[in-house]
Amino acid sequence: MRVRTGLALGTVGALVVTLAACSSDDGGSKDAQDTGTRTITVAYQKTSAFHQLDDLLQKVKPEFEKANPGVTVKLEPIEAEEDQYYTKLALMNGSKSTAPDVIYEDTFQVMSDAAAGYLLPIDDYVSKWSDWSQFQDAAKQAGLGVDGKTYGVSMGTDTRGIYFNKQIFAKAGLPADWQPKSWDDILAAARTVKAKVPGVIPLNIYAGKAGGEQTTMQGFEMLDYGTGDGKGLHDGDKWITGDKGFVDSLNFYKTVYGEKLGPSLDVALDASVGSKVSTELFPKGKLAIGIDGSWQPGGWIAGDNKWPGWEKTMGYAAMPTQDGSGAGTTSMSGGWLLSVGAHTKHPQTAFDFVADALNKDNSLTYDTTNSQIAVRKDVAADPKYLSYNPSFKFFSGLVATTHFRPATPDYSQISSNIQVAVESVATGQASPEDAAKKYDEELEKIVGKDAVSAAG
Amino acid sequence: MATETLVAPTGRGRTQRPRPGSRRLRALTRSTPLAPAIVLLGVFLLGPILWALYGSMTNTGLTGYRAAKPEFVGLDNYTQLLSDGDFWKSAWLTVVFVFASAVIGQNVLGMALAVLLRIAPKGLASAVSTLVVVAWVMPEIVAAFALYAFFSTDGTLNAFLGWFGLGKTTWLITFPLLSVILANIWRGTAFSMMVYRAALSEVPAEIDEAAQIDGATGWQRFSRITLPMIRRSISTNLMLTTLQTLAVFTLIWVMTGGGPGTASSTLPVLAYQEAFKFSQVGYGTAIATVTILVGAVFSVIYIKVLKPEVD
Repeated sequence: MRVRTGLALGTVGALVVTLAACSSDDGGSKDAQDTGTRTITVAYQKTSAFHQLDDLLQKVKPEFEKANPGVTVKLEPIEAEEDQYYTKLALMNGSKSTAPDVIYEDTFQVMSDAAAGYLLPIDDYVSKWSDWSQFQDAAKQAGLGVDGKTYGVSMGTDTRGIYFNKQIFAKAGLPADWQPKSWDDILAAARTVKAKVPGVIPLNIYAGKAGGEQTTMQGFEMLDYGTGDGKGLHDGDKWITGDKGFVDSLNFYKTVYGEKLGPSLDVALDASVGSKVSTELFPKGKLAIGIDGSWQPGGWIAGDNKWPGWEKTMGYAAMPTQDGSGAGTTSMSGGWLLSVGAHTKHPQTAFDFVADALNKDNSLTYDTTNSQIAVRKDVAADPKYLSYNPSFKFFSGLVATTHFRPATPDYSQISSNIQVAVESVATGQASPEDAAKKYDEELEKIVGKDAVSAAG
Repeated sequence: MATETLVAPTGRGRTQRPRPGSRRLRALTRSTPLAPAIVLLGVFLLGPILWALYGSMTNTGLTGYRAAKPEFVGLDNYTQLLSDGDFWKSAWLTVVFVFASAVIGQNVLGMALAVLLRIAPKGLASAVSTLVVVAWVMPEIVAAFALYAFFSTDGTLNAFLGWFGLGKTTWLITFPLLSVILANIWRGTAFSMMVYRAALSEVPAEIDEAAQIDGATGWQRFSRITLPMIRRSISTNLMLTTLQTLAVFTLIWVMTGGGPGTASSTLPVLAYQEAFKFSQVGYGTAIATVTILVGAVFSVIYIKVLKPEVD
């Protein structure tokens, strides 16, 4: 009998082991070694729809190795959708032996990863870098940790708006220069498409937990920051609870998924929905309206999922505020950085690689191929940049009414709870009011009672 | 735990009666060769469990301040867990999943297959058992993707149903728990089948024949003779399949991701979500620790009810 109990505990114990193995050992190595034979590893994301960074790094690697004898650059693409990318990265960073030297880092994760001791402050290195003055102040801001130190170099920024398929719109009798003035206008257009063009998904707004940050940022926040006074989730140093705008935004989801204006749930809740939208639903004319990021055309201009003639099919519109009040339109901006890992043994070499990968030519390549809004002044002014992509002008224009996500180390956790709220409403498992209430409770648990304030 | 487990059986069933002093010495010398095994078990099995217990009493995070400087929070994670509706829902889903797919599905189907294969023609028997075992041989991730492809909206099942003019059902969205239960039965039945085939072949044919001569029906012979004789195999198999099913993660994660919403989040999925999505590694570890307790409860029930030690 004891043997059996032991066996029982053992088998289930294996479950626990997996989790227990995740605790991190802290402390960075200070024995920097930037001469002689050395290897730096670069961890970054790669998916079927996002290959531009891989292209860039594949190009930079041989150049950098040639210019720096003795250095081997080991590229470690993490082939995962966004949400799993963060998890894998956090696990790699958890141990000194697997922590990468150069990290492709989302701006919203910087504060939290810097606080966790995963990233190296690079102030000493950027101050000696002649190109640093080319970066716009907002871009420098994006790489700051809570302690005010710089933890990354910006690769570009982005905005978000509405894409629509002009051919589907023509069939539905909707204008080619469509610009909705309120959420109701969007819903009205989606209903028209549903009625007149069967077989097409009228409207996509990301709703799944598995989609991770895209659900929060391309989805929920595009609504929430267009409600009320436009303050969104966070005001001053307080997180907002009991916000009517939050419930209204969830109600928009309820309408979209309740009236079946959105994709069916098996598509909407899948982790790969982002890739599916950009490589399949839009190009094959199966989606009429999509709220999405400014980088989308990057994948259509070149690469495996090239879509010739996309610019004739796709139209763009700015995201309206809830009822057209306030600024009238809204957008969200984020962007990614290249950071140096805190555990690196070769900080100077790692930084040099970052500096090389983001010099003027490489930034230009990346910002054009991946449809980024340039943050280097010399790239932004370059005629090659301006003429590369017909959508640049429109999406750069959205910067005027854009918002940034709350810059706090808790944000990523709070964002996950927004995704839970959105998915529970989209699936009909919770009413918008209940989902908002649950979010408020979780929020208070995460940041504490003192850091929240009820909306007035 | 491990120590007692392995030392206890020494000297049992011996007829000679050694003097009390030398007995202890003998027990000690006899168990010496076991020392390396005990140490290994301690380091690789007991160690992590204790470490997990400790981890579940901290607020360790995956990122943020809590990743750099976790604090000891005592039983906070557990009190929070017990007052969390999601946890109770998960616990219930886990019980349903384990009961339906392991206790009922795999065991009953495995037994049925084992019995039928004994009376089936040899060629058919080996063909069927090969097919069943294929599901078991496949790595879990491969099986999970195969089943995802089978149940997904554009998948094999719907294509098959389409031939009969049956409409498209979004199985993984509309019936998430049923889908993963069926998937787990498909995957795990081979194990039970093999265990029961081995057990059945140990049942002496004479007893069965004797009962037949006494006029016992087929069902009577099976339920009164065969089942009691292979009771120990049943108990072991029930325990193993239960514990394996309790720990199933990949299958559910690939097929439904625990969703839609939380409609198929069993405890391992919930633990993963809390630890790696909400970055609360400490809290996630607490959930995993609770899973141990659930497993222990199941095991104790089997041991008490089926009394495998009594002959």
